[in-house]
Amino acid sequence: MAAVLAFVVAWVAYKASQDPRVFVVVTLNGVTLAGLYFVVASGFTLIFGLMRVVNMAHGSLYMLAGFFAFDLQDRLTGGDATSAFGSSEAGVGDWVIPLVVASLAVGVIGLVMQQLFLRWNQGQELRQALITIAIAVIIADQALAHFGGVAQELAPPSVLPESVKLPVYGLSYPFFRIFVLLAAIAVGLVLWAVIQRTRYGMIVRAGVDDRHMVSALGINIQLVFAGAFFVGAFLAGLGGVLGGTMISVDKGNDTQYLLISLIVVIIGGMGSLGGAALGALALGLVDSFGDVYLPMGYTNYSVLLIFAMLVLVLAVRPLGLFGRPA
Amino acid sequence: MTLERALRLGPALGAVLVLVLAPLIFSDFYLSAVITKALWLGIAAVSLTFLAGYVGMVSLGQVALYGIAGFTAANLVEADGGSKVALNPWAATLLGLLAAVAVGFLLGAIASRSYGIYFLMITLASSVLVYLFFAQVTQLSGFGGVNNVDLPSVVGNPLQQPARLFYIALAVSAIVYLGLRYITRAPLGLAFQGVRDDPARMRALGYNVPLLRTVAFALGALVAGLAGVLSVWWNTRISPGSISLPQTIDLLVIAVIGGLYRLEGAWVGAVVVTVLDNWLRGVDLVGNRFNTVIGAVFLAIVLISPGGLMGIWDSLTNTLQSRFAPGSTGEEPGVIPLTQEAHPPSDRPVVP
Repeated sequence: MAAVLAFVVAWVAYKASQDPRVFVVVTLNGVTLAGLYFVVASGFTLIFGLMRVVNMAHGSLYMLAGFFAFDLQDRLTGGDATSAFGSSEAGVGDWVIPLVVASLAVGVIGLVMQQLFLRWNQGQELRQALITIAIAVIIADQALAHFGGVAQELAPPSVLPESVKLPVYGLSYPFFRIFVLLAAIAVGLVLWAVIQRTRYGMIVRAGVDDRHMVSALGINIQLVFAGAFFVGAFLAGLGGVLGGTMISVDKGNDTQYLLISLIVVIIGGMGSLGGAALGALALGLVDSFGDVYLPMGYTNYSVLLIFAMLVLVLAVRPLGLFGRPA
Repeated sequence: MTLERALRLGPALGAVLVLVLAPLIFSDFYLSAVITKALWLGIAAVSLTFLAGYVGMVSLGQVALYGIAGFTAANLVEADGGSKVALNPWAATLLGLLAAVAVGFLLGAIASRSYGIYFLMITLASSVLVYLFFAQVTQLSGFGGVNNVDLPSVVGNPLQQPARLFYIALAVSAIVYLGLRYITRAPLGLAFQGVRDDPARMRALGYNVPLLRTVAFALGALVAGLAGVLSVWWNTRISPGSISLPQTIDLLVIAVIGGLYRLEGAWVGAVVVTVLDNWLRGVDLVGNRFNTVIGAVFLAIVLISPGGLMGIWDSLTNTLQSRFAPGSTGEEPGVIPLTQEAHPPSDRPVVP
């Protein structure tokens, strides 16, 4: 295990020394990608940690928010969000309003899903997973019908600079990716503060450990569950809008971001916020390093790296790095 | 003959009769596009039914194992795309099955220490990774897949001689069904069911629980692999699209619609889904929104009857029996996995 890690680090260091400029950009790509992954996976792990619900429609909520936001931005700007030269023409409101509306809408969809289908199946984990899979199938098909199968890109607000100069090697880097990373850090800090420092967070933490006891102490656990599900779905939506601006939103995103959420929490440990951050960082870096630093002709095998990482972690810690028994 | 026996044997005999005479009853198109397809989908689904119903492992990785067998077999024979190796189709089939079992052992060894929902997540993630692997590695497949695969001569041309592949699929289905049925009643199968019901007690009795689960998973991989090879023969091609997440979900839908606790349910579910698929595509009512209908049916089944169609059938026959033949309670359905919590090992605290 240690030998494998040492070899990987040595290999990356050797490659980095050959072209440090590429290394800086690839690392930034990985870290900013990790930011996006963290926003999405934190919602997934929050729902799982508290309610033991594996929300298989999490990726679908991500995709829906991206499409909603794109549609709304298109209406707000009359289709002129992006100039003929590809630069953004969107005002602040043209981006912030879709962000807020789409995330809230997806949060409400998640809440309705939980109240209608999951609430009365509490404790039947597999059944709940199957229910969310059925919902994911329906959402995928309906999204294809309403939004088509074309990748769409949201325009970032034009007040943000397109790129920033990095202090090293005179490189410049897309600013919006940095913005996503900052947003992810902000989301992480807010979640951490709420969970560690507020009364609501205290109830959530107690609920993770023993929801029956919390309920017995006179707290309406159903209200806590509903709130947590809303926030979890909202975070998927937030990720969808950020990702739709940073990369694009496409019909396959539901599968893709479900997989990402799964891998992040399998590696980090289900229900752990710190684990989600670490898992997202590991996945983001492996993603971007694998595409560049695998030997020539083998870069398309990068998915094997992710699998190897999964196997290594599970071999040592079957519950993930920060996982605790349920 | 009692009512109980009639209710149990009648439909079975009818199904066997229809199946054996199917090439005379159905048109060539229907035989190939619906019946043969349902047979190999049923084999794929029964690997899940077996694991879920008899070992307590709800695996979403069966499509990946089926894909590994299919891609290995397709790559090792003469075909457009994939590797340049051109072996005898039977040798390639054997190697494909071996590859599926080998990967099944590996994946089983990793995942068998996880239970319930964790196991489901790990197998699902592995399954999507296998899909991405074949989608990205152009040396073995790439998005176009492997086409015009060389088939064993006994299969002939599946388009012009659909009856041949039909009888092969029927024979494999029968062997798989009888084989799994035998295993579930043999000591090994009883050990599997012990692991499903109470892993801690099985360990106390001296059984190696992770090994049993790994062996079961490899057995499931062999069955899934058979379906994978048959699907290659049926399509004469395989592409990453045929092992993607929607396909995983389709298989789960089939197994759940059929009922996750009776082996025959897998084929029942497969027939229902392929007939619905074929019928809905011809009807303008839902247009192209076939998946919405399937999703809604799946949702309804999961919500209403966790035992699936076989569960509905069993409760119907039980009602009939208690109405017409008081005293005989009939065969109680075995285990309905969906309503059960997966059992975590006892060294972990259990939330009641």
